[in-house]
Amino acid sequence: MDTIDKVPQTRLLKKGAEASLFITNWHNRKAVIKVRLPKRYRPAVLDARIRSYRTIHEPQLMHEAKTAGVATPLIYLVNVPESTIIMQYIEGKQVKELLNLVSKQERYSLCVAIGESVAKLHRAGLIHGDLTTSNLIQAFDGTTYFIDFGLGEKNLELEAQGVDLHLLKRALQSTHFQFWEDCFKAVLCGYTSVLGVEFTEKIYEKILEIERRGRYVEERKQ
Amino acid sequence: MSNDFRHIDGKYCLGIECTADDFGVGIAAFNGEILANQSDSYIPTEGGIHPREAARHHAEVAELVLQDAFTKSEIKAKELTCIAFSQGPGLGPSLRTGATVARALAVYLGIPLVGVNHSVAHIEIGKLQTGAKDPVTLYASGGNTLVTAFESGRYRVFGETLDIALGNCLDVFGREAGLKTKKGLPIGAIIEQMALRGEELISLPYVVKGMDLSLSGLLTAASDRLQKKGRLEDLCYSLQEHAFSMVTEVTERALAHTEKKEVLLTGGVAANKRLQAMIGVISSEHDAEFRVVPMQYATDNGAMIAWTGVLAYRYGLVTPIDESMVKLRWRVDKVDVPWIR
Repeated sequence: MDTIDKVPQTRLLKKGAEASLFITNWHNRKAVIKVRLPKRYRPAVLDARIRSYRTIHEPQLMHEAKTAGVATPLIYLVNVPESTIIMQYIEGKQVKELLNLVSKQERYSLCVAIGESVAKLHRAGLIHGDLTTSNLIQAFDGTTYFIDFGLGEKNLELEAQGVDLHLLKRALQSTHFQFWEDCFKAVLCGYTSVLGVEFTEKIYEKILEIERRGRYVEERKQ
Repeated sequence: MSNDFRHIDGKYCLGIECTADDFGVGIAAFNGEILANQSDSYIPTEGGIHPREAARHHAEVAELVLQDAFTKSEIKAKELTCIAFSQGPGLGPSLRTGATVARALAVYLGIPLVGVNHSVAHIEIGKLQTGAKDPVTLYASGGNTLVTAFESGRYRVFGETLDIALGNCLDVFGREAGLKTKKGLPIGAIIEQMALRGEELISLPYVVKGMDLSLSGLLTAASDRLQKKGRLEDLCYSLQEHAFSMVTEVTERALAHTEKKEVLLTGGVAANKRLQAMIGVISSEHDAEFRVVPMQYATDNGAMIAWTGVLAYRYGLVTPIDESMVKLRWRVDKVDVPWIR
């Protein structure tokens, strides 16, 4: 079996804040290496704790997401001491770009599909933890893949699910402010189709409560 | 992207900052020169800010601080072009006191009133003082912790606390630990000094949720730890390391996402050298220039309100008296900033 040292880190795909992604070749398959490099700004002990925690949990959550019916890249190799994960490269387009390119109708369908998948994750007790449109990839066959579970967790509480959806709403507001409202409504439609009206209403109330708890919100109760 | 009005002379804006525990008066010339930046702080005898007591303090010192500003700037009231005031966000009683002073001055002098968003003002004075043009800003104070950057007409929020502010977290912990404010030395500074003598990193909650962070769990856990045996220095150190790592991670995410080339650190917590060092590291790793706002302009101050008043007034933004109600929860991303192109 190949060790991680033998895998050439050919091309930098993305230098994120939390990890860097490189494109590589894994047994003749196009693959992605996700490397969580040490962060010099935080103490080594804390840094090691955070990086190894996320490296262990991310593949576990990705696996469980598949069980729940949500597409995630296949995991090829996990190397905890090096904080490295090798996974399948998904040929497709980031939803972040896609939303700006497609028609209103396609945008609606895409967001409904995202809502359905988020509901499936929540139903299985999974929290993505960083639902932004950069973390969603639509493959060329039309499947929407969820990536980057590094901040995810297993949690069945309404609070955690509410925060998850609140983050998606915030991401839509900051990155797609021209049509975020339509998008978020469509997400909730998809969510409702999986978890029902009653639960969706409950979680919507929760989202509003989470927002009121934030700093300086107009609607906040006195 | 132009703040350059340096050709306009002989026009001045007086700004009143009054959102929490400080009453500040600044006078800015339209050319960007700060002619006065005076203030007086309400210092609670115990506990945190009592909103009503703070407002009482502000009403008492208002006249003196105004006089100070006029004396310092050598500007006469009748030379002023407009009066700016912090319209929000902040504590109601403080905001209303500042607004009352501002309205009275504007009406008496017969000049326009300009309502200014406190968070926008922090960013604008930071840009003016450091020369930053288009930064990712981390604004961390007793009442605010947010990461913001300009995008399509507004300062958009790329991350913020889901509950308490960073300064609030440190202050409350400090009080729980029995630390006392000394004149000129806030609790945060005392914690910073103790943290320097910290040796052991105690494991505490580290809560980053997407772009946002949560500090309330960290505060509870750190406060609970006070009951156990151990050195307070270690706990101060651990609290700082965890809290600052969280805000730094969130700031780095915003930096990676926006790909901006400047980072601006402001707010009262910007004084902390350890936080400065952490933000400095991520700035250099993303090839961004790192700028810390000088302290007299990083904490709440009148000059930032005066300067933002100038920017708004230059674009024809004035606030009629009957629309000058204070806005306690006026989010930074609800404010149009048309002076940035």
